[in-house]
Amino acid sequence: MTNATLAARPQALRSFWRRFWSRSNEKIGYLFILPSLIHIIVFLFIPLIFSFFLSFRDWTKPNFSDAPYVGLENYEFLMEDSRFWQAMSNSGYYTLLAVPLGMAISLGVAVVMNQKLRGVYFFRTLFFMPVVSSWVAVSIIWLTLLDPNVGIVNYILGGLGLPQINWLGDPRSAMPSIVLITIWKGLGFNMVIWLAGLQAIPQELYEAAAIDGANRWQKFWRVTLPLLAPTSFFLAVTGVIGSFQVFTPVYVLTKGGPLESTNTAVYHIYRRAFQEFDFGYAAAQSWILFAVIFIATIIQVVYVRRRREEIQF
Amino acid sequence: MVTKITPGIVTARVIGYLILLLVAGMMVVPFMWMVTTSLKTSGTEFSYPPQILPTQFDFSNYQRLFDNLPFGQYFLNTVFITLATVFGQLIVCALAAYGFARLNFMGRDTIFVLYLTTMMIPFQITLIPLFLIITGMGWVNSYQGLIIPGISSAFGIFLLRQSFLNIPRDYQDAARIDGANEWTIFTRVFLPLNGPALATLAVFAFMGTWTDLLWPLLIARSEQMRTLELGLAYFNARPNAFLQPNWPLLMAGSVVVMLPVLLVYIVAQRYFIQGIALSGVKG
Repeated sequence: MTNATLAARPQALRSFWRRFWSRSNEKIGYLFILPSLIHIIVFLFIPLIFSFFLSFRDWTKPNFSDAPYVGLENYEFLMEDSRFWQAMSNSGYYTLLAVPLGMAISLGVAVVMNQKLRGVYFFRTLFFMPVVSSWVAVSIIWLTLLDPNVGIVNYILGGLGLPQINWLGDPRSAMPSIVLITIWKGLGFNMVIWLAGLQAIPQELYEAAAIDGANRWQKFWRVTLPLLAPTSFFLAVTGVIGSFQVFTPVYVLTKGGPLESTNTAVYHIYRRAFQEFDFGYAAAQSWILFAVIFIATIIQVVYVRRRREEIQF
Repeated sequence: MVTKITPGIVTARVIGYLILLLVAGMMVVPFMWMVTTSLKTSGTEFSYPPQILPTQFDFSNYQRLFDNLPFGQYFLNTVFITLATVFGQLIVCALAAYGFARLNFMGRDTIFVLYLTTMMIPFQITLIPLFLIITGMGWVNSYQGLIIPGISSAFGIFLLRQSFLNIPRDYQDAARIDGANEWTIFTRVFLPLNGPALATLAVFAFMGTWTDLLWPLLIARSEQMRTLELGLAYFNARPNAFLQPNWPLLMAGSVVVMLPVLLVYIVAQRYFIQGIALSGVKG
């Protein structure tokens, strides 16, 4: 029943309301949700509102009394702040490299895993180890592997006659290095999600395609990939959101360097707030970051909806 | 369906195994490197070409972590904070999930949708004000400051509610006819019947808390309050007064951080993969 029909019939509305009220007699339910409700109010809603007001203040000490209202000044300053926009574009660069590459590589592995080979569970366990590992430990391991002088990676490159790279020490290769480590760490996660998508594709579609004379490649492009659209949408959206929030590898591996080349948005906000103690300005930056993530998500949702209409027609 | 084994299928399988072995190698070698480097004597780690296996196994790095560095304290802190967070989340989320799944009260669905919406809010928006609030409460550098903000999660409530909804209503009605109150139904019927979902949430909470860096970085101010993850990050970044960081020591520290998580993962793998496939949320 819609609201309009309910409003047109006050009698129905009243009886609906009475039924609703009598059915909601288990008021003990409030007690059950009370702890979580208090928690979400204190640690989420209040900080959220606080963050909004904070972004209009010049809050340079962790002190409640001494924070003058400055209106839109933080946001105006932010528009001109090239360091902040450099950090945002660094995050964009990281996202554009890490999300599509990570998705493509893990899809390849998932397709192989989906061939019902023996021992896939063993491989899945191995591939998933980096996912559950701590980012700090993983970063430290790669710090040694990518060491420009005595690291294994450069040793292998040298052995193959390829040029050796100053991975994390060169502004051109530092961000791609972090992307590589991210892809390595996230491969197992993406693969499990892809695998779930692949296993949901009905086998009959492949049989039908085979009858029509499709080869492996055509099956993949014409059957598998279109049917994985929801999975790839999910991975793209969560990947973009996660990538814009990357912090720990930057903190451990490069501290934003060399030459600010790996200074990502969240790391920049962290430094602004907790090393330069410019809380109000950092809060304004975090809202802009949130807006960018939000817009990126909306664009993907709209794009998928449009594609779906094309496919349906 | 019976598939005929054709040469094409055999080739595809061989190529498949080769790819999987190659990827497995790339996944495992860094871990092996971590373990073997942690057993090298300080000074031999820079030998070139890099040695995968040390010439002799030296376990003294582990001893040094606990004798000359406060890794013992870090370890206890991490265990305590993680266990408290896991138990807190299980209790708070299970209570809320029962309320949302099985009790009728006004505004229930509105509140639940509100909870779900909060899952989309990125952490860094609330990070700064949350830090200021914790500071105002005087909880900086305290266990409650590290634990309490993490003892509930909208994701956990969502996960458990899904599972609670699958319990037939008859069970609840039968228990009521027998005179059980809601608390008894919750503790005697719903908790025992939802073991797998509770285990899934426990594993997620464990992983998330054990490997968290950002929040302890802000809250744990003194050496005594640091977690393993934070202690390792600090040790990597700053020379210690007693002990300079070097690769074998850092790798030994990495092993200490990782081992419990990997053990939990291997034991509880089923719940972990299940949880991810179910919700698609990273731990």
